[in-house]
Amino acid sequence: MFRSYTDARARFALAAALTALPAGSPLAHGFAGQRFFPATILTDDPFVADEMSLPQVSVNPPVPDGSRETDFQIDLSKRITPDTDVTIRDQWQRLKPAGLPAVTGLGALQTGAQYQLFVNGPHEALGLVGLNVSWAHTGRVQALGAPDFTTLSPTFDFGKGLGDLPRSLPYLRPFAVTGNLGFDFPTKVESAGAPNPNNFNYGFAFEYSLPYLQCCVKDIGLREPFNRLIPLVEVAFTTPINRVPASQTIGTIQPGVIWAGQYFQIGAEAILPATRVTGHGYGGVVQFHVYLDDLFPHSIGRPISEWW
Amino acid sequence: MRWILAPLVAGTAAIGAAPSVWAHAFLDHASPAVGSSVPASPPVVTLWFTQDLEPAFSSVTVTNEAGQRVDLGKAQIPQGSPDELQIKLKPLTPGTYLVGWHVVSVDTHPTEGTFTFDVKP
Repeated sequence: MFRSYTDARARFALAAALTALPAGSPLAHGFAGQRFFPATILTDDPFVADEMSLPQVSVNPPVPDGSRETDFQIDLSKRITPDTDVTIRDQWQRLKPAGLPAVTGLGALQTGAQYQLFVNGPHEALGLVGLNVSWAHTGRVQALGAPDFTTLSPTFDFGKGLGDLPRSLPYLRPFAVTGNLGFDFPTKVESAGAPNPNNFNYGFAFEYSLPYLQCCVKDIGLREPFNRLIPLVEVAFTTPINRVPASQTIGTIQPGVIWAGQYFQIGAEAILPATRVTGHGYGGVVQFHVYLDDLFPHSIGRPISEWW
Repeated sequence: MRWILAPLVAGTAAIGAAPSVWAHAFLDHASPAVGSSVPASPPVVTLWFTQDLEPAFSSVTVTNEAGQRVDLGKAQIPQGSPDELQIKLKPLTPGTYLVGWHVVSVDTHPTEGTFTFDVKP
């Protein structure tokens, strides 16, 4: 016995909701065709979303002068239309200089606006452009080094899954990469005698999706929680392009894993300095990240343009 | 490191407390299994999802290597199994078959996917 239809009124409402969605809409989350891109920790995501990180806690490796910073960060992304969103991010910082008492306070408030350039389902590709702003005097400037200047940062973010490889290469198809390319334009060239350079920012996340392996390549018998794990390695660098030597490049390499569930995901990564000026030793970061579009699919999880 | 462990433990506990439904409908498993080889022509392909489906907007097709449909029409959701989708098949000759699915979960999230299975000679 098969069920061929449901209540007509519910179907009409559903049809109306689906009809209102533009073709190719990523529908929050990082979907491109059958590829699910998780929200990564270090690098920005190449998709607009209704999501929130609450919290993200990181203990950074000690920097060359021996001080160590711990951050508690909150991120919120909210879609305005199906293809645009705004983001807001802030962090509470605890800076512990070597041999001195710890200093605490807020870092700079950061906001952003993003537009989904394209979503290509068959090729599992995503592209996004955005403008991020780090605001002056929104954090503890003197004690924590929060900026006394505003920085504008245009970015291009992308994602690409390898699911369109030939089926003769089955175990490569779960791979995916996401990346960020952007520039920093500070509104002051100098603060307290120190130069504020323009920077080139670049970062990548290399992912191997066990959910993709299970659903689309070969069911190897993984069950909860292993069938929702996505091992990944993230790298990100900031290179000055003027005012200070390029040798002042800072960056980290962050191997880790993300568990992606129905309403939230949890990620954990080690933080390894990639250059001498970044620091030494190691640190770690964990993130609890919720999908507002899945938690509240009929209210705040929808784009604001669809609220009425 | 205690700063890191606290939210990790809380999050792990939340996994255990999470309800067993998904908002987006992901393919949980299938019969024939994803990427498997079967010794004889299966009469149906059955897909189990992680979320209940909206039947009016959920479909499955099965095609052979020449791209010809080998399924028998419309996919069905068995009564009492709202997270399951079945489609009957014509008798299959040995070869590789592509299953393509497109579903909408009951909270309106669409998802899609493909996988293959082989029928052995």
